[in-house]
Amino acid sequence: MALSDASDVTAQVGQGTPARKPTRIFKNLSSKIASLPMVFTALVIFVGGTVWTIVYSFTSSGLLPRLKWVGLDQYERLWSSRKWMVSIENLAVYGICSLILTLVIGFTLAALLDRKVRGEGMLRTIFLYPFALSFIVTGLVWQWILNPQLGLQNVVRGMGWESFAFDPMNNSKIVMFGLLIAGLWQGTGLIMCIMLAGLRGIDEDIWKAARVDGIGTVKTYIRVIIPMMRPVFVTSLVLIGSGIVKLYDLVVAQTSGGPGISSQVPAMYVMTSMFGGQNLGQGFAASTMMLVTVVIILVPWAILEFGGKKRG
Amino acid sequence: MADSGTMTAAMTGPRGPKPKRAFNRTNIMIYGTLIVVALYYALPLYVMIVTSLKGLPEIQMGNIFAPPMEITFEPWVKAWAQACTGINCDGLSRGFWNSVRILIPSLIISVAVASVNGYALSMWKFKGSEVFFGILMIGAFIPYQIMLYPIVILLREAGLYGSLTGLVLVHVAFGMPINTLLFRNYFASIPEELFKAARVDGAGFWAIFFRIMLPMSLPIFVVSLIIQVTGIWNDFLFGVTYISSPDRYPMTVQLNNIVNSVQGVKEYNVNMAATLLTGLVPLVIYFASGKLFVRGIAAGAVKG
Repeated sequence: MALSDASDVTAQVGQGTPARKPTRIFKNLSSKIASLPMVFTALVIFVGGTVWTIVYSFTSSGLLPRLKWVGLDQYERLWSSRKWMVSIENLAVYGICSLILTLVIGFTLAALLDRKVRGEGMLRTIFLYPFALSFIVTGLVWQWILNPQLGLQNVVRGMGWESFAFDPMNNSKIVMFGLLIAGLWQGTGLIMCIMLAGLRGIDEDIWKAARVDGIGTVKTYIRVIIPMMRPVFVTSLVLIGSGIVKLYDLVVAQTSGGPGISSQVPAMYVMTSMFGGQNLGQGFAASTMMLVTVVIILVPWAILEFGGKKRG
Repeated sequence: MADSGTMTAAMTGPRGPKPKRAFNRTNIMIYGTLIVVALYYALPLYVMIVTSLKGLPEIQMGNIFAPPMEITFEPWVKAWAQACTGINCDGLSRGFWNSVRILIPSLIISVAVASVNGYALSMWKFKGSEVFFGILMIGAFIPYQIMLYPIVILLREAGLYGSLTGLVLVHVAFGMPINTLLFRNYFASIPEELFKAARVDGAGFWAIFFRIMLPMSLPIFVVSLIIQVTGIWNDFLFGVTYISSPDRYPMTVQLNNIVNSVQGVKEYNVNMAATLLTGLVPLVIYFASGKLFVRGIAAGAVKG
């Protein structure tokens, strides 16, 4: 009712004013002027910056960017660099473990909290607070806890288990797992929150129906609830995935890429080539590869998410 | 797991009344798991606090998890006022004030810009506005590394490279996707009649924004502020890239330089005091804001 009234009045006002068109242009103009910062950010920084870097990744830029074409040379050098290969392997190990464990832990915690436990608020606060902290703080705390001489290893040995060995800060074979422990500590709370929101969105009748049919709780979760939460899982996957590709601060703080180059990651390769090694072309090529990885993660998601909507 | 359950049942079973439901096996399992996991999450905060209150000899001899035998606040004083980075020995306070000077203008500008963006996108759509918004959203997922160098050039051209102003602008740009999304979704949920009524009364773009929309959207401003404070305070990548002199480094960058510097004896207690000091601002925001923080990250889940 109110709506039709308003549009009637608008129509009358519109008819009464001779200069209707200029008014409309002016009205759009305000909005356009107000949106200028957004347009600038979207076009110049996001699109312009990305395209610029991709273009310059085909040049021989060293200390300064130069438009001297070298084709795929930078990429060939990149893929024949041992440091880059180590980075990629590390990211793959960290990424796969982090993806699986974050989903499993995040969902399990959310499911446990959803069993109407007492003190849910307090537990949620504890699980989520690491997410408020920066990766630098996270990395430094875990560097200290995992300190081989004075940290966790020392305490366990002191309790009588003399041969206990867990020294990811010194051992290049397990250093990525040291980072993983810190990364999981920081990031699982967020996924738990998203999963909990997803669980709360599920109709109580589903549970009643499962109980009537005599299906156990665990089985109900696996067979009924998880398939129903597919969109939540997909969102979580995208979040975790794009976070993993960006992994940088944590490594800088916790291990500085060491021991040796054993905990290098692609983002670190980009930073050292660009700002440390005066090797811009390598940095551009490596960051383009990072973009390619994200695209590989995002495109299937976009098709699932937006392609599905059109059909439905 | 089953053992502990039957044991409890054997101990409480025969005597008193029928065991209460609160103590059945499933509940013990649920609470047990939750408490163990909660300990793992709480442990680092505890270790930070405990270590920062111990003297160095006690740390070198003792157990990292043990509470301090003698509480000393000296590490805190040293971390705040005396810790060295390079030639400057005036502690983390320098980084703290740099971070404050970066944070405040970034906050004001980015929330102002994002609210106007969201308002324009939801109520004053123009040709192409959705396209720009789409680009902005995709931009949130692109690895920042690919845009770092072009921004160096832009800032250098503008004469802002290495300055706090330059870093503020970078924070405004990269905070824009998530905050614009937040405001756009909020304004889109406001009934259209309200907007139309204001139009009929002759109010324009800015009048409607300031007189009607702003007063209605205080909660979303708080959510946006929370996202931005934690995001900007915790940033390391932009600080280390766009600030050229150690004098102007934000707190996270200075903290990393203090703790990971190779010279001298490692003062673990000072390091942990410094780490805790850096984490204090987002922690206070987190514990004070409670549900709003959760709402912020749920809404901002796309930030990635």
